Amino acid sequence: MCDTCGCNLTPGNKHLAFKPVPKGATAVSVLKGLLAKNDDQAVHNREHFDRRGILAINLMSSPGSGKTALLEATLVALKDEFTCAVIEGDLETENDAERIRAKGVQAHQIVTGTACHLDAHLVHDALHQMSLDGVDILFIENVGNLVCPASFDLGQHLNVTLLSVTEGDDKPAKYPVMFRAADAMLLTKTDLLAVLDDFECDKAEAHLRNLANPAPVMRLSARKDLGMDAWLAWLRAQLAAQRARVAQGQSRRPAIQSDGMKYHSVTA
Amino acid sequence: MHELAVAQALVEQVDAVIDQHNAAQACMIRVRIGPLAGVVPELLASAFPLAAAGSRMEHAALEFIHAPIQVHCQTCGAETDAAMNRLVCGACGDWHTQVVSGDELLLESVELETTPSLTPDP
Repeated sequence: MCDTCGCNLTPGNKHLAFKPVPKGATAVSVLKGLLAKNDDQAVHNREHFDRRGILAINLMSSPGSGKTALLEATLVALKDEFTCAVIEGDLETENDAERIRAKGVQAHQIVTGTACHLDAHLVHDALHQMSLDGVDILFIENVGNLVCPASFDLGQHLNVTLLSVTEGDDKPAKYPVMFRAADAMLLTKTDLLAVLDDFECDKAEAHLRNLANPAPVMRLSARKDLGMDAWLAWLRAQLAAQRARVAQGQSRRPAIQSDGMKYHSVTA
Repeated sequence: MHELAVAQALVEQVDAVIDQHNAAQACMIRVRIGPLAGVVPELLASAFPLAAAGSRMEHAALEFIHAPIQVHCQTCGAETDAAMNRLVCGACGDWHTQVVSGDELLLESVELETTPSLTPDP
């Protein structure tokens, strides 16, 4: 078949080839979000969660800021209350999923190879390999990275961004796209504050407010069991809110996509 | 780092537009992009030829419309310019603002070349 020179035209299909198209160049206005395909898949994922009454939370942070340690402590604390499941995203290894499974919780590891973020399609494929029956809260631990994961909606309801006190209190100012997307910011490893003289929790919070982000800031240490109660209470409240939304046939998108969209003159 | 994934999504969308309009190829692609979208225009521009290789837009020019960062203040109602990591109201200084411009990542328009018309036999 040749579509270049017209040699595949026959009297039978000629009318299909000569559709009335104006000659030359035409400009077409599109105004569609570049990540529309990812966003469509994210909406589909969210429908999966809402149908089952699941609260989906996307955990984002630098590598090594304590996402998995936070999950380990959280899963143990909530063991008798809720059924949780975890999706782990890493470039390589099953290490994190194995740490979660060791706590008796279902975990699926997404190995991204070289990709620096999870996207809605990767999460969808993972969901189909998991048993979501009876799950109350699904945690998605994104690839450790303060840049790329913020731009991809996975279908989660909430973004939780961790900032460990060893990283510097100006991270929200340095990575505004990431911290603007946070529905909650957790300052982690606070037990180390005693030996650090250059991290001020109030400054980190001020940098977050400079991004016009009203998200709650919680200070905790998962390893030393400090400040975990406020985080667990926040999770309980968010699950209750999700159940109330589901009962009314409503859903919730994470911070970044919903805010301001109504003010935009062009919408995706 | 993730600009290649964005470039691939862009190619898919432009491809769909070419199909919709029965065009032969795209010659100009305009993308509206704001700093808060988390996508660097220069990196997207260098990733685009990789994603577009062999497609009906490999010769297309990629043009960016840079959206300025602007916020709407919920306290005083002013609309002011803002910096990427300081989204506070430029008039009253309050941080209760909404971003009204600067986080877009939009395929705004495409210029298409339609098939050179082969005159059908009489």
